[in-house]
Amino acid sequence: MALTEGSGKGRERASLPPWIKTTALTIGSIAMTMLGLLFVTFIIGRVMPIDPVLAIVGERASQSTYDAVFLELGLDKPLVVQFGYYIWDVLHLDFGTSLLNARPVSEDIARVFPATLELATLGIVIGIVIGVPLGVIAAARKGSWIDQVARVLALVGYSMPIFWLGLMGLLIFYGILGWVGGPGRVGIFYVDVVPSVTGMILVDAALDGNWDVFKNAFSHIILPASLLGYFSLAYISRMTRSFMLEQLSAEYITTARVKGMSEWDVIWKHAFKNIRVQLITVIALSYANLLEGSVLTEIIFSWPGIGSYITTALLSADMNAVLGGTVVVGLIFILLNILSDLLYKVFDPRAK
Amino acid sequence: MAERTLRQWLLTDTPTSRRHAKLSALYQGWLAFRSNTMAMVGLCILLALVLIAMAAPLLAPHDPFVQNLGNRLAPLGSEGHLLGTDSLGRDILSRLIYGARITLYIVALVALIAPVVGLLVGTVSGYVGGWVDIVLMRITDIFLAFPRLVLALAFVAALGAGIENAVIAISLTAWPPYARIARAETLTIRSSDYISAIKLQGAGGLRIITKHIWPLCISSLIVRVTLDMAGIILAAAGLGFLGLGAQPPSPEWGAMISEGRRFILDHWWVATMPGLAIFIVSLAFNLLGDGLRDVLDPKAGE
Amino acid sequence: MNTFARLLSGAAIGLAVSMTSFAAVAETPANMLVIAHRIDDITTIDPAESFEFAGSDISRNVYGRLVSLDPNDLAAGYKPDLATSWEVSEDGKTITFTMREGVTFHSGNPVTAEDAAFSLQRAVILNKTPAFILTQFGFTAENATETIRAEGGKLMITTDKRYATSFVLNCLTATIGAIVDKETVMANEVDGDMGNEWLKTNSAGSGPYKLDSWKPNESVTLSSNPDYYGGAPAMERVIVRHVIESASQRLLLERGDVDIARNLNPEDIAGASQAEGVKIEDELKGRLMYIALNQKHPELSKPEVRQAFKYLIDYEGMRDSFLKGQYTIHQNFLPATYLGASEENPFSYNIEKAKELLAAAGVEDLEIEIGVREAQERIEIGQSFQNAAAQAGIKVNITVGTAKQILARYRARELDVYLGAWGPDYPDPQTNAGTFAYNPDNSDAANATGLLAWRNSWDTGGLTEKVDAAVVENDRDMRIQMYQDIQAEFRETSPFVIMFQQIEQSALRDNVIDWSTGQAVTSAAYWQVTK
Repeated sequence: MALTEGSGKGRERASLPPWIKTTALTIGSIAMTMLGLLFVTFIIGRVMPIDPVLAIVGERASQSTYDAVFLELGLDKPLVVQFGYYIWDVLHLDFGTSLLNARPVSEDIARVFPATLELATLGIVIGIVIGVPLGVIAAARKGSWIDQVARVLALVGYSMPIFWLGLMGLLIFYGILGWVGGPGRVGIFYVDVVPSVTGMILVDAALDGNWDVFKNAFSHIILPASLLGYFSLAYISRMTRSFMLEQLSAEYITTARVKGMSEWDVIWKHAFKNIRVQLITVIALSYANLLEGSVLTEIIFSWPGIGSYITTALLSADMNAVLGGTVVVGLIFILLNILSDLLYKVFDPRAK
Repeated sequence: MAERTLRQWLLTDTPTSRRHAKLSALYQGWLAFRSNTMAMVGLCILLALVLIAMAAPLLAPHDPFVQNLGNRLAPLGSEGHLLGTDSLGRDILSRLIYGARITLYIVALVALIAPVVGLLVGTVSGYVGGWVDIVLMRITDIFLAFPRLVLALAFVAALGAGIENAVIAISLTAWPPYARIARAETLTIRSSDYISAIKLQGAGGLRIITKHIWPLCISSLIVRVTLDMAGIILAAAGLGFLGLGAQPPSPEWGAMISEGRRFILDHWWVATMPGLAIFIVSLAFNLLGDGLRDVLDPKAGE
Repeated sequence: MNTFARLLSGAAIGLAVSMTSFAAVAETPANMLVIAHRIDDITTIDPAESFEFAGSDISRNVYGRLVSLDPNDLAAGYKPDLATSWEVSEDGKTITFTMREGVTFHSGNPVTAEDAAFSLQRAVILNKTPAFILTQFGFTAENATETIRAEGGKLMITTDKRYATSFVLNCLTATIGAIVDKETVMANEVDGDMGNEWLKTNSAGSGPYKLDSWKPNESVTLSSNPDYYGGAPAMERVIVRHVIESASQRLLLERGDVDIARNLNPEDIAGASQAEGVKIEDELKGRLMYIALNQKHPELSKPEVRQAFKYLIDYEGMRDSFLKGQYTIHQNFLPATYLGASEENPFSYNIEKAKELLAAAGVEDLEIEIGVREAQERIEIGQSFQNAAAQAGIKVNITVGTAKQILARYRARELDVYLGAWGPDYPDPQTNAGTFAYNPDNSDAANATGLLAWRNSWDTGGLTEKVDAAVVENDRDMRIQMYQDIQAEFRETSPFVIMFQQIEQSALRDNVIDWSTGQAVTSAAYWQVTK
């Protein structure tokens, strides 16, 4: 799908006039997509049989308390008016207040998003560092044991329910072996020890030079990150392999081999160089998926990230939080797509 | 001529009719597929799954709903309960066997809904072009940009928990990629001489789409659907795990894991067995998908 | 290629080695208490608004009250806290409190009668969810400044009629009775909200702890108040960490990363009790598990059918299996340990008896829907009930939903049957009598959604008046007898199948002493804990 998408866009763009129009169109289409995204979320929120008022006042509230909150939320106004108000606020970068914890949604997102960013980034790094070489080797040694191992690894990765693997990992590596930290981002005594600059504990600890915190945070993140890394590894290594095979069967590779170029150079200097572009799309897509928040992983590892934030909010009808979270996630998805398109242009020899 | 076997007839280089050619191509595909051991393994597992699901009442040693609080959390291999019992003392093996029906039901429905919607949107978008294309592709983008599980969750929350709603929710999140594939295929087909020729014969848009474009998109969609099946099973299990899929006491595998995860430390098999079942079935779909891809769409594979 | 293979395996070994070095069984510092708990129910920590379990835990430790309960001696009932003594007027309607001298808020401001009056008035005027605890005494936003007032350094409150004094004082031990720092709160007032917006996420109390931070769905951090009038607490820092999974909580506890795990399921309790250095403490809580039958349903409203359902619960089977250790059989609306509580549990699991009753009522082919919240133990109770009902020829369809989904339908009187839990709001029998057995107007228009009897369209068959009478009775023994009578009738006639009372099992590291979750009457307290 990644490929179809990439090449599809490439085609469209080729037929368009100068870059100004392209930029305008891109921004316009982002705006349209975002608006649509908000609208769909908003509608879902309003047709959902969960009562946001009840979410706030709880089971015991008297009817007068209930009515007061109903008015306070503006639920008596027509849907279109409510949506209009919301868009107006968003345009002013005001995502409203979370119904459930009484804080600005933007503050919440600033807290939960770095947690996901940290996890997803480490996950994708693991996925790339292992997945890409594995895919290249598998292609170069097609049919060898390492190719088989890579294939099995990938198949298992595609087929494993992540929440189950997470539970088992926690049980074995934390519960029995004690090699890694438990659920949560950092051990209790290290909570709030380093000042929060980026919100990513590993980065904050490094900035602060506090290596105890760093070590502890690392011991907590490594298991969920490996888990996510494994799932992106499965995808990345398979795609790398198939891109590489395509290149290796190309004529110029045969020519290079005939010229007596070493196998290493053939693979890395020629073949690999030519798959970079496709690879970027694949990686961007996996990264976007991880950033969307791996709800199940976050739940199992008590990881306070954006996936579990949106899910909790959704199930308790905290629509401001859901809308805010969705905007952020949707924006990231779109931006990553655009970024990979841009990189495509930079790296693609034909585009130059 | 009379001695020619069916096999030879199928493997001919010089087909005598269009049907002959089609059958011949199919047979050769099957031969290629059959030589792929892994794909055959996948196919066998899935056939076995279908058989198990159909013969569930015959195969299951117990009624999957009968409770026995006195014999709960029985370990693997205990008397009469090969895979043990769950929190309410129900036989896990029997529940897994009946659960196969639910899994197949979900997979079949999603496989019917999502690609069809995607095909419809994609081909119309690609064929008609213009503002229809822009609008449809924007909508596709919106759904693509949505976090998938969140979208599914939202729909289930809106429609109410339940297996049919879970199917609809998963289909809703699954169709956009199909639409994109179908659109890309349509764009290449649309400008071909073949379609122009048909147009000249006076065929209408609807006819061209249904009779000529759809058949050409099908093979890449089938490959894609098979490869996605595992994802669909996992998504359904994920919804079940979050309590939004099949309702109790239905033996849906994801819900069984969710029930069993409470005992993960002392009674690990309760969650592990349905986990394994999910794993095996989605593995089978992946193997089958890989094999099919090699046969139907060789350039995409290697 | 070999270089790569070597590199890969090298990296893997390196990773394994570096991870092994993290392995060390931790122990929490001696002056710090670390608790694993589910705290996702906290939506606000303003004591005038906070009404959830985890939020009440914070309030109890951060705010002082006029009277409060001693965690080491809960059976003694309310004791002086910020008020040292009180007097009741001749007509029994006015109570005058004398304030404790020399107590200060965390801000350094002195605690005065003025603050106390402000706090109670504020709760009444804001009229948030728990306001009914105070407004049931006739306080309203209009009369609050006259009925609750500070005079000559004393606080006077005047109720609309004469109530049992213990009833009034018991209500003041609830979260809503917390005394807030008027000066600090009003300094943070926005648009006349009496500081509500600010107090939702900040604290202004005088209790043994002050709030350092509350990160939703993540953690609550408290630090001790060295100037606490009762003496600085031993635990200088308390961290409550949000951990959802029971298995995760248990692993944290067994590895010494937390001191207390509060949400272990029966299997994990059984497992953890085997672990070294872990002990289990049981406390009877006030929470009741019940099944309610909607009286709008033509079949469910027949007296024999109501009776039949009470025999369709496998009380012992459930108690001894998946509820083991965490629930005890209890068939009355007043939780054990409450004034007037009854120990009578006449119903048992009896399919035949249920069938007879159903036959007598002429019920056949009944199919009903039961709404269940998506909590595992409730889903299992639901399935067990479904199983039993099926044997008596009733088809039960379970609808599982999030708390808010199911609750909305229950409050709108739409569900046939609801499987629910109810916890008392303050340590007085009126808290449950006033909702299970009290329904002055059963019409839809009354919209008394706060009353369980109303939600099930039950007119209480005359119990409403008896509840009204019991709440003003000042003779203790007489009052006990009245509640006993109400419950005896309720057991037989009501559409409520009350099944279980909760036992909270905390798993602790064995060096933790004097832990209290507040039993049936209040919330958890941290200041008396030592290690």
